[in-house]
This record gives sequence, C-alpha cells and structure tokens, in this order.
Amino acid sequence: MEIEIKVISRDALERVFSLWLAAGKRILAPKKTGELVDFAWVTQLSEVCLDQVQTVQSPKLAIFPKVEELFSYQTAFDQVTIQDRPLEALEEIVVFGLRPCDAAAFASLAAIFTWDSPDQLFSARFEKMTLVGVSCARADEYCFCTSVGGGPGATTGSDILLTDIGSGEYLAEIISEKGRQTVQAAAGKFQPAAGKEKESHLAKVVPSFALAKITPALAALFDDDAFWAEQSRRCLGCGACAYVCPTCACFDIQDEGAGDSGKRLRCWDSCGFSMFTLHTSGHNPRPLQSQRWRQRLMHKFAYMPERQKVLGCVGCGRCSRACPVDMNVLEHLRAIAEAKI
Amino acid sequence: MSEANIFKPYLLKIEQVIDETPDVKTMRLVFTDEQEGKDFTFRTGQFGEYSVFGEGECTFCIASPPTRSGYIECTFRKVGRVTSALANLEPGEIIGFRGPYGNIFPISDWEGKNLLFIAGGIALPPMRSVIWNVLDLRDRYGGITIIYGARTVADLVYKRELDEWAERADVKLITTVDPGGETPDWKGKSGFVPAVLDKAAPSSRDTVAVVCGPPVMIKFTFPVLAKLGFGPESIFTTLENRMKCGVGKCGRCNVGKYFVCKDGPVFTFAQLQEMPPEY
Repeated sequence: MEIEIKVISRDALERVFSLWLAAGKRILAPKKTGELVDFAWVTQLSEVCLDQVQTVQSPKLAIFPKVEELFSYQTAFDQVTIQDRPLEALEEIVVFGLRPCDAAAFASLAAIFTWDSPDQLFSARFEKMTLVGVSCARADEYCFCTSVGGGPGATTGSDILLTDIGSGEYLAEIISEKGRQTVQAAAGKFQPAAGKEKESHLAKVVPSFALAKITPALAALFDDDAFWAEQSRRCLGCGACAYVCPTCACFDIQDEGAGDSGKRLRCWDSCGFSMFTLHTSGHNPRPLQSQRWRQRLMHKFAYMPERQKVLGCVGCGRCSRACPVDMNVLEHLRAIAEAKI
Repeated sequence: MSEANIFKPYLLKIEQVIDETPDVKTMRLVFTDEQEGKDFTFRTGQFGEYSVFGEGECTFCIASPPTRSGYIECTFRKVGRVTSALANLEPGEIIGFRGPYGNIFPISDWEGKNLLFIAGGIALPPMRSVIWNVLDLRDRYGGITIIYGARTVADLVYKRELDEWAERADVKLITTVDPGGETPDWKGKSGFVPAVLDKAAPSSRDTVAVVCGPPVMIKFTFPVLAKLGFGPESIFTTLENRMKCGVGKCGRCNVGKYFVCKDGPVFTFAQLQEMPPEY
C-alpha cells in the first residue's frame, strides 16, 4: 500500500498507549534503567526513552525470546503426554520506539524461521506484533545502516514510522495494513500533515563500503586463512555480538525437566562458541576462532542472501558496541570490500 | 496457523533393544499412535531427532529400510548425555522422534547397476538402511559388494546380519578389523579399509560406490576409489555434522552455504569437491 503521512502530538501518542493497553496489547519499548537503555514492557509513553542512538539488546526478543518453551511434557514409564503451546494464548504486542534498522531486521529473522519448514510459533508471534518505529535523529561511529540498504528514516519493516519533528510533534508514516488499523483504532489522534517533512530531522549516516563488493569478496577470501586469522585475532569467542544482534537466530534445543515433567526449550546460541559445531567424537568442523568469525560474516553476507534472499545484517552496530575487545565489524567489512582479490 | 509445531515429536515405544557392542545399541521403535505409524513414510538415507524427555535430543539416521514397515530402528553409541540416557531405557519405554529429515540415497537411479558399499565402524547404520532396501528389491540391482571394517572384532555392529550377508550367494561381503583388533577365531581380513579395498579391487564398471565412515577412513578411501576408476559422481557418502533442529534453522550443520540437514546428509564426492572443508 502507499505510505500515508500524518502527524501526531506527544500528548495524543500518550493516549494511544492507553488505547493499546485497553485493547489488550502489551507494549515493548526502550526504557532507561541506570545507564542502560533496553527494551522493556511499559504502560505509558513517559517511561519510554528515545534519547539513545541504540538500545543494548535488540527487539528480536519480542518474538524470539532468549529461552522459549517449545512444549511441555509429562512422563510415566510407558506413557508420555505432550502439551503443545496454545498459540491463541500469545498476546498481541506493539514494539514501540525501535529504530528503522531493527524494524528491517525482523525480515531477516522471518526469512530464517519461515523458509522451507515454517516455524509455527515464530509466525504466530510475528502475526501478533505491530512495529511502531522512531527514526534516528542521531547516529554514532558504529552505525552503518546506509551501507546495507537501510537508512535513519527508512520505512522497511515498520508498520508505522514516527519522526520527531520538534514542538512535541511526530510525523507519522503509515506503512502497512497493520499500521492503518492502528491509526483507525486511535480515531482522531493522527492528524493530516500538510507541508511537514522529516528529512531535515534525520541523522546523517554516510555509506562506508560498497555492499556489492562484499559477497564476491567473501567467496574469494574463503580459503585465505591468514586474512581470517588477522580479522579475528582479538576475538574471544564470547558470543556477545550474536546475543545483541537483531538478526542472529542460531539456537540450541535443551530439555529442562525434574522428575516426571518438564519442558523442551529453544535457547539462543552463537556460531562464535567453540562447542557450537563440536561433534560427539571430538572432531570439530570449525575448530579455530578465525573459522568461526568467517562463518559469522559468510552467513550474514553470503549464505543468507543466496539461500534466504535477504541480507543477515542491518547495520545497527550493536555487535561493535558490545564487543569487549573492540572489534568493529564496520572496519572488518571495509577491509573485506577493499581486499585485493 | 494450521501447520503443526515443527518441534513436537512423535512418540515411539521401544519394542526391542539389541546390544551390538559393549557401548552400541540398536532399538526397534514403534509409533504409539497407530494412525501416525501408518501415515509415516521415509526414504533411505534420511535421519531424525531422537529424544529422551528431560535429557534432550540427538541426531541419528534411520537405520532400518523403508521396505520394512511398522517400525523404525536406530543404532547409536553411548557417548553423551542423551545417548547415555537412551541406552538406559528398556523395552516398553517411550522416546520422542522428529523426522524424517534430509535427502535420500537415489536408489532408483542406481537400478541395473552394481553397488559397492564401504563402511567403517559405527557408520554402518546409515548404510544398513540402504543395503537392506536394495536387498529387499534384489532383482533391480547388479552385483552387491559390502566392505565393512572396524577397529576390533568387538566393534563390529550387526554381527548377526553380517553372518546373514556372508551366507547369501548374491552378496559379496568382506569384513576387516584394524591390525591388532583380531580375535583368535577371526576369519575376516586384517587391515585398514582403504588397503582392503585396494587389494579387493572391485570393478568400477557400471558401479556406484557408497562410503560411510570416520573422516580419516573417507579421506583415504576416495583416492583408492579414484584409482579403481570411480568418477566423483558415482561415489556417495553422508556427512554427519552436528545438528539441533534438523530443519535448516539452528545454524550449525552448514558446510559453506549447504545445510547438511536440508541439502544432505547424502552427497556425492563431486559435490564435496565443490564444498569447503567444514565437515
């Protein structure tokens, strides 16, 4: 559908929060706790913090929780009963205040969970989620959305994108059917937006590498062990990059049981961990951290574009901000794009 | 929303447990839900995620052939948390099973050809499914040769079936154990699989070779097959990368852009030559 442009005041937006809650929706939004701004369940706009460039964690946890029950079970010697997740009990949620990069990231996640054998639980959560993004007035040295097809005011993925245009007003772009329904349900809160523009209110993020060069360069560099050793020399294999990444979807499946009942759980995992691919025999197809770092970049920039037809990176920069040894993925990608091959 | 939970397993009852070696067992499993059992189909080469509730899941092939319906079998070595728990279960107890997953041995393409099976150690189970499948359709295939090796005589699995194959006039079976692994009454060969293959020198003419075994055996077997004249398109193997989901999502079984769980586990040597060495 064509994007519809409206304005909404901060006061009206506060009332929209009440309408969402009254309609039984939960609201996930950036909230400041101490020095950290992270996604948390909120009930009013005043709780929401939008001053940060980025939250520490990504909003992927809205539909891909760190630990998630796949089903529960009861056992006896010769009988097992499986209790499936009741999907109708999943709540409708609004993710408010996510950045355009994070909104775009949900498409990458969806591509992984719905290709081939669609994951019903993920799809049900995705269906029940509305994304109300807020575009970026500021960026930092780690941001590179414009190098991977996004932008500080990009609308892809959001149902509604708000831009703070000053004087207590937001420009509201109504992007999807879910967005249109949200506006309808908030009768009168969104007003016509004659003559308002957002461009002058957006951060400037200068593209810093040519994306078109990355995939062919990765293919050519695959066997260059020295290149990957140099790229990953500092990597501790801690997995922080994967945990904060809005598109990382690798997971483990574990049982948590006591006595005759328990749950089967899906838990976040990371290709950076040394045990990720370790065989029972002790053999490991990716025994070196350099090979695991290569896997991380290959997966996002070569395998996903080929197999799932989406890029596995949105340029949010979280992995670089979170890295305890200051590996800046942007520098690594620049080196790949500029490598002599 | 009508699709099923892809992580919800079938419930299978352990009908029989066979001790293959001190740490390897075979389990015959039947569906607790009769209708699910009737509707369940698979093809040779496919695998599944077997689970002990409270311990977790583990990945093995289906070791029985699709030509024998009413049950599936798995053969596993007791090594980690789940296989140890599985090994402690008794007939009558219930386990979970998700599958079948992955691609197949293209046995209909092999009709009319000779078949050479080469297996090492605990890698006979995936091959046992395809061996029984073609033996159950015996008149569709030419000569069938099986070369099977293990570290010691005690490590040979499916001993009763090896005896059965040895007695069949329409199967040529060569068994071998690593030097030092023989028992006083061992009647098979002594030597590593690639060397035994080299000496047996089966013809590559109109022949498909299937190789399953530890990486080191596979590594030294491919050159011998090449020397015997087998082209890379007529050598098949299975990859055994670690898996969790089995459905192309959890991110760990990939070899380059290929998912072993979706694009494999069966690959030709020609395909392996195009893939990075991440297996």
